[in-house]
Amino acid sequence: MKTKNFIKYTILYVLLGIGAVFMIFPFFWMITGGFKTSQEIAAFPPLLFPSHFNFDNFKFALDTAPFAKYFVNSVVVTISSVSLSTLTTILAAFAFSRLEFRGRDTIFALLLALMMVPFEMIVITNYRTIINMGLLNTRLALIIPFTSSIFYTYILRNFFVSIPESLYRSAKIDGCSNWQYLWKVMVPIARPSLVTIILLNSIAAWNSFFWPMLVTNTTAARTLPFGLYAFMTEGGARNEYMMAAATIVVLPMMILFFFARKYIVTGVSKGGLKG
Amino acid sequence: MKLGFFKKKDKEPKVEFTKKWEPFVFLLPFVIGVTIFTIYPLFNVIFMAFKENFVLLTGKYTGLGLKNFELVLKDRYFIQGMQNTFRYVLIVIPISTCISIVIATLLNNKIRFMPFFQTAYFLPMVTSATAVGLAWKYMFHYQYGIVNYLLGLAGIDPIAWLTDVSSNFTALCVYGVWNMLPFTIILLLSGLQNIDKLYYTAAKVDGASTLRIFFRITVPLLLPTIFLTMVVNSISAFKVFHELFPLWSGQPGIAYNLFTVVYYIFYQFRGLTPPKYGVAAAAAVILFIVIFIFTRVQMWIQKRFDN
Repeated sequence: MKTKNFIKYTILYVLLGIGAVFMIFPFFWMITGGFKTSQEIAAFPPLLFPSHFNFDNFKFALDTAPFAKYFVNSVVVTISSVSLSTLTTILAAFAFSRLEFRGRDTIFALLLALMMVPFEMIVITNYRTIINMGLLNTRLALIIPFTSSIFYTYILRNFFVSIPESLYRSAKIDGCSNWQYLWKVMVPIARPSLVTIILLNSIAAWNSFFWPMLVTNTTAARTLPFGLYAFMTEGGARNEYMMAAATIVVLPMMILFFFARKYIVTGVSKGGLKG
Repeated sequence: MKLGFFKKKDKEPKVEFTKKWEPFVFLLPFVIGVTIFTIYPLFNVIFMAFKENFVLLTGKYTGLGLKNFELVLKDRYFIQGMQNTFRYVLIVIPISTCISIVIATLLNNKIRFMPFFQTAYFLPMVTSATAVGLAWKYMFHYQYGIVNYLLGLAGIDPIAWLTDVSSNFTALCVYGVWNMLPFTIILLLSGLQNIDKLYYTAAKVDGASTLRIFFRITVPLLLPTIFLTMVVNSISAFKVFHELFPLWSGQPGIAYNLFTVVYYIFYQFRGLTPPKYGVAAAAAVILFIVIFIFTRVQMWIQKRFDN
């Protein structure tokens, strides 16, 4: 029995190890590629590691394209759109779970139906709306279309519904206003759900590519992923520079993942990612 | 996703907890955003799809009709896009699902180094597809790419993954499968954790082998989750589009051979001068119909297995 178990676990670890290498390899290749010289990156057979770790490619990327500016833009856009949408989400989720008004559940069901509208469809009109608002090539254009999320409202509302209604009733009878109840009772209880929503939303905002590509053409308003793409198409596309720049884009989310892995993984398994 | 809003109301004495104006105030910021950026564009795009010879700048069009749909359905790029998209879904979904079932089953054991494995398998979920796409581009390089090097070790001649029309699609699928794995593994893993341990204990008492347990217990009991992830993944795979940007610098394949449905929409209103908004809108409506069908299937599966 013991040897059987040993064989079983050996096979298990070998298979998992092969899979893990396959999954993580592009990241390994990206980061080590960023440190390679132009000869090393074109070496055949390929070199697993650079001969020494010099930061020349990173320096070149930061000097040629305004990645520092892109980075600031990404931070500003992510923080603003996530905080605004979290606020509207909390308020709406509360209204749909506790407040009483006519047609509440019908309206909510209609909103859920809207979740299947693909973003790639409505983008045509949204692009024009941004032009009409005079927001083309501004960071605001990357923020305001994402201030209300049906998906996150749906997730949070379901959590709010699971908080016992009796708690609400007793608080109300004690003279608590809806506003107070929401911020003093509901939000603290829902903190794990909120953290998950904020994390998933931040990841989506940080990595967003399609929309920024449509509405930001100037370096002043670009965020990192589209800035990286522009660096490739405009900057001659040398692989060692590309890998260095790609590392700059990916690193913040990697760090976030190391610290918040459990939240992100359980969040995805419970709610799924935004489609 | 469960719809939990058909709950029976509590039969308690009626107390007025909500002031008349309150729902309005709480909902206002949310509703403004949804109205301007989801509801309005939805109807606007549908209407636009029927406007013939629509010019965006002037807002003029010659009439209402089905001409845009006719143009779309006869356009060889759209037909190519549909074919590529369906081929992509039909290849990427089964492969990524099968790999994910195996990996999820392995991860469901009590194993050491869990944080390492979780990081390895789930990291691609949080990183920019554009940035990682560039890494894949480098790995797929014809002369010094690691993929061709490894194939060379196995005695296979180098393949021009990105620069040859016949290999483009395979490269896209490899990258697509890799991209899809983390999300699929997580969903299947949580499905596995919901299976009652009692089944496994019983099977072990009966002396069933590991493989037998896998095919006779794990897979059948996981089937609802498998179907569900397949449909959810099909929806996102059907929107395959931005994978093309890092790999071919924004072109759909090396020789405009990899149009997808979403790329076609994008191409009509951003790639052409002057842009053809009506045609883009008509293609978008078709996309919506396909996704609508997928979503109905998803709801049907959920309903069937929930009961």
